[in-house]
Amino acid sequence: MANKTIRLEILRYDPEKGSAPRFQNYEAPYHEEWVVLDAINYIKDQMDGTLAYRWSCRMGVCGSCGMMINGTPKLSCAAFLRDYYPNPIRVEPLANFPILRDLVIQLDDFMKKLVSIQPWIIRKEGEKPVKEGEYLQTPAQHARYKDFSMCINCMLCYAACPVYGLEPHFVGPAAIALAQRYNLDSRDEGRDIRQEVVSSHDGIWQCTFVGECSVVCPKHVDPAGAIQQAKLASTMDWYKSLLWPWGGK
Amino acid sequence: MKPYVRPISAGWWLKRSSYLLFLLRELSSVFVAGYVVLFLLMIRQLAQGPAEYEAFMAALRSPLAILFHIVALAFALLHTITWFNLTPKAMAVWRGEERLPAAMMIVPNYVGWVVVSGVIAWFVLRG
Repeated sequence: MANKTIRLEILRYDPEKGSAPRFQNYEAPYHEEWVVLDAINYIKDQMDGTLAYRWSCRMGVCGSCGMMINGTPKLSCAAFLRDYYPNPIRVEPLANFPILRDLVIQLDDFMKKLVSIQPWIIRKEGEKPVKEGEYLQTPAQHARYKDFSMCINCMLCYAACPVYGLEPHFVGPAAIALAQRYNLDSRDEGRDIRQEVVSSHDGIWQCTFVGECSVVCPKHVDPAGAIQQAKLASTMDWYKSLLWPWGGK
Repeated sequence: MKPYVRPISAGWWLKRSSYLLFLLRELSSVFVAGYVVLFLLMIRQLAQGPAEYEAFMAALRSPLAILFHIVALAFALLHTITWFNLTPKAMAVWRGEERLPAAMMIVPNYVGWVVVSGVIAWFVLRG
């Protein structure tokens, strides 16, 4: 039996040359159990060592191998060749991010936004000493935020979000979902602090609820849901401050 | 060393069916607003007397006006149904460790729609 191959059309960009990116075709071996990342690793090892891309765990945990695969943001370790064969597969760096080289994107903007929502537990009086024990939580309290805590920061949601593409200042799906994750945590007291970013002009109100972020999320985080729930909570805050005596405090 | 920023094409909303549906949903508000304006004009004509009102109603029977109403109805349905179905995303109601199923958020919207439409139909059609 002849060895089967599959064509990968990979976007290449060389920052030293500075010319526009172009597609380069590779005929990689086809194996039914291979994912796109396996084929790219083969190309890097056997065909073209100059190809640059990010990957680490190859099992959908680290979140570093996100790419546009036939125009859809996917983890390349979770996209099987057999779902595309015998058609060629077009591989591009994640949309809406600047390209550093080939499939490697510049993620500084996302990192900055992630930090801006302070994704950690904030205690108003500071954390109590370790010897006083843990902050206890019931299973029901844990369930409130568990789904939002599954985010692996793979940025597929940013690549799927047309609002982020058109308005790069938008804080974006994953960062807001993580803000909501901590806001909903019974141990956290930092919602008022996060609101300055979350409820700002560049925060939740930029979202027009396209919903594609939740569709592409490999961890079923539902950032679109998180954003709408944050909008609802912020709207309730506003009504309370308007209608309740002493601003509902 | 210069990062390359890819331009966004003017036709980005044609690239995915979900983008197109989103854009149509946004566009629907224009037709809903247009119908509201028409409705307010009708009330104004009604206040000015039977002759003015009859003239206005005659104008509404033109093919163009009927076409507008059909298109506006289609967009109003798209607007209503898509937003009704998105309600569970915005409203997370918990009972202990379980979140209420999405259907329990969606169905009351439709029940309310049918009841309100029924009441209005009863007022309009009772003669």
